[in-house]
Amino acid sequence: MQSPFHSADLTTASPELLLAGGAMALLMFGVFRGKDATGPVNVLSIGLLIAAGLAVLFSSSGTVTAFADGFVVDGFARFMKILTLIGSTGAIILSLHVMRVERMNRFEYPILILLATLGMLMMISANDMISLYMGLELQSLALYVVAALNRDSVRSSEAGLKYFVLGALSSGMLLYGASLVYGFTGTTSFPQIAAAINHGETGLGLVFGLVFIISGLAFKISAVPFHMWTPDVYEGAPTPVTAFFAAAPKVAAMAMFIRVVVGAFPNITADWQQIIVFISIASMVLGAFAAIGQTNIKRLMAYSSIGHMGFALVGLAAGTEDGVRGVIVYLAIYLVMTLGTFACILAMRGRNGAVENISDLAGLARNNPMMAFLLAMLMFSLAGIPPLAGFFAKFYVFLAAIEAGLYVLAVIGVLASVVGAYYYVRIVKIMYFDEPAEEFEPMPVSLKAVLAVSGVLTIAFFVYPGPLVAAAGSAASSLF
Amino acid sequence: MIIASLFFYLFAAITVAAAFMVISARNPVHSVLFLILAFFNSAGLFVLLGAEFVAMILVIVYVGAVAVLFLFVVMMLDIDFSELREGMLQYLPIGVTIGAILLIELFMVFGSWVIAPETAGFAASPTPPIDRITNTEAIGQLLYTKYVYLFQAAGMVLLIAMIGAIVLTLRHKEGVKRQVVADQVARTPAGVQLKDVKPGQGL
Repeated sequence: MQSPFHSADLTTASPELLLAGGAMALLMFGVFRGKDATGPVNVLSIGLLIAAGLAVLFSSSGTVTAFADGFVVDGFARFMKILTLIGSTGAIILSLHVMRVERMNRFEYPILILLATLGMLMMISANDMISLYMGLELQSLALYVVAALNRDSVRSSEAGLKYFVLGALSSGMLLYGASLVYGFTGTTSFPQIAAAINHGETGLGLVFGLVFIISGLAFKISAVPFHMWTPDVYEGAPTPVTAFFAAAPKVAAMAMFIRVVVGAFPNITADWQQIIVFISIASMVLGAFAAIGQTNIKRLMAYSSIGHMGFALVGLAAGTEDGVRGVIVYLAIYLVMTLGTFACILAMRGRNGAVENISDLAGLARNNPMMAFLLAMLMFSLAGIPPLAGFFAKFYVFLAAIEAGLYVLAVIGVLASVVGAYYYVRIVKIMYFDEPAEEFEPMPVSLKAVLAVSGVLTIAFFVYPGPLVAAAGSAASSLF
Repeated sequence: MIIASLFFYLFAAITVAAAFMVISARNPVHSVLFLILAFFNSAGLFVLLGAEFVAMILVIVYVGAVAVLFLFVVMMLDIDFSELREGMLQYLPIGVTIGAILLIELFMVFGSWVIAPETAGFAASPTPPIDRITNTEAIGQLLYTKYVYLFQAAGMVLLIAMIGAIVLTLRHKEGVKRQVVADQVARTPAGVQLKDVKPGQGL
C-alpha cells in the first residue's frame, strides 16, 4: 500500500504543530513550577500565539493540502487563522489584570486558550467532515472547561454545564447530518462531496443531512434558533472568558460554516441559501429586540453578538465571492470592536469589585472622559453608524446581498440595525447625560493598550480601508 | 460452512439474550456480568467475520478494562436503580410519541433515499484485499498513517479532557500531611525516641 503520509505535511501544519507542542511544553512548565508559573505562562502563551501567527504569515502561498486531503491551507484559511490568533492573543491580554485581582490566575487558563485556538485553526483548515469534527470538539471541550473556570461560583459552573450539554447536543446533530451526507455521497471529503452532488438529483436524505449540519454549525456561531445558551453562558462565565468567547471562537466557527457550505455544497446553493436567509433574519431581529430590555452589559453583549452573527450571515446567504468577502471583512471588524468593548467592560471595577450593570456606567464621561469617548465610539461602530468601521462591515455584506437579489433580506437587515442602534446609543446616553455613579478604579495598562488599539482601528478604518478589503477579497477568491 | 453458521447463530443468540439481561437484570452487578458475556460473544462474531484483531481488542479493552471499571463504579457508587426507574411510566407516553414521530420521519427519508452515482467510486474499500495484508496491518495503515492527523487530534482532545478534570475538581487541601522521602531519609537516630511497649498495656 502506498504510504499516504509525507513529511511535507508537517510543514503545512506547522502553526498547529507549534501550538500543540508549545501548549504541552507550557503545561509541563506550569505543573513543575507550581503557583508562581502563571505570569511566565501568560507571557509565553502570547509569544506562542504570535509565533504561530508568523508561521501562518510566512507559509507558502497558494492552496496546499495535507494528511490525505483532510487538511487544507489556502488564502482563506490563512486570513481566518490570523484573525483567530489575534482574537486569542487579545483575550489573554484582557485576562491578565482581572484574573490576578479576582484570584483566578491559574496557569491552566492560557494553556486551555492555546488548545482551544489549536482546535479553531484545525476547524478553519478542515477539508473533511472528520477533521472538521475533531477540530470542533478540541475547541469546544476547552471552551466548556474555561466557562466553568471559576468553580466556586454557582453561575460559572452552571454556564459551563449548560454550554456542555447543549454543545454536546449540537455536536450530535452535526455528526448525524454528516453521516446522512456520507450515506448519500459515500465520502467525507469536501471536494469529493461537491463532486458527487455535481450531477444527479439531490435526494431528501442529502437535504436532511445538510439541515442537520447547518443546525450544528449555527449553534456554534449562536445564530437563532440555536442561540439559547449564549446569554446565560456569557453572563455566567468569568468576564475575561466571555471576552474570549465573543471574539475568536465566533470567527473560527463562521470560517468553518463558510468552508462547509461553499466547499462541500456549492452545487446546491439554493437548498442552503434559504436556510441561511432564515437564520440570518431571525438572528438579526432577535438580537435587535431582545437586547433592548437587558440591564446586564454581558447579556447585552450576548444579544449583540447574536445580532452581529446574523448580519455576517447576510453576506454568506448571498453565496457569492463578494458575499464571502463581506463576511470576512465583517468578522475582522467585529473582532476588533468586541475586544475593545470588553476591555471597557473589564475595566468596570468599583471599590467592591467588578460591576456589570449598564447603569453602573452612568456619568462615565465625567469620571473618565477618555474611556467614555472610546466606548461611545465603539458603541456607535457596533450600531453601524458612519464613518466608523462598523458601518463598512455592514455595507459590504448588504451590498453583496443586494447584488445577489436578496432585497428583502437586506431591507430587514437595515431595519434590524436601526432597532439595534437604540440600545447601543442608550449606553452612550447613560455615559454622557446621566448623574455620575460610583467612580471606577483606574484602568490597568493591559486593558488600556487593547482599548487604544481597538479604538484607533475602529475610528480610523475609513481613512485607509484598502488593505483589509483587498486581503479579504483575495482570501474569498481562494474558495471559489 | 454449516458449522460456521451454527456458531454464528449461537454467538448471536447469546449476545442478544445477554444484552437483554443487561437492561433487565435487577442487580446492577449482574448487569455488568451479562455485559461481559455480550462482549465475549460479539468477539466470537468478529472472529467469524475474519476480523481477529478487532475481536482480540474487544476482549482486551472492553472486557479487560471497561467492564471491570464499570464493575468498580457500580460496586462503589451504590446507586438505587429502582429509584431511577420511578418516573419511567410517567414519561413513557411522551417519549414513545417523540420516538414514533422521529421514526416516521426517518422512514420518509429512507423511502426516497438516493445515492449519488459517483458514490461507488468513492466508497471502494480504501484498504487492499485481505489475502495480501493482515487486517492488523490494514487497520494500522489507516489509523496511524492515513489518518495520523486525526489520531493525534483525538489525543489532544483527551489531553484537554484530562486538564479539564484536574482544573475543575482538584483542590489542594491545607494541612494534609504528605510523604516527603527526603525528610524521612534525612532523619538521624538522635531525634528519635525509642519506647519499649509492653504487650497488652499500651502507652
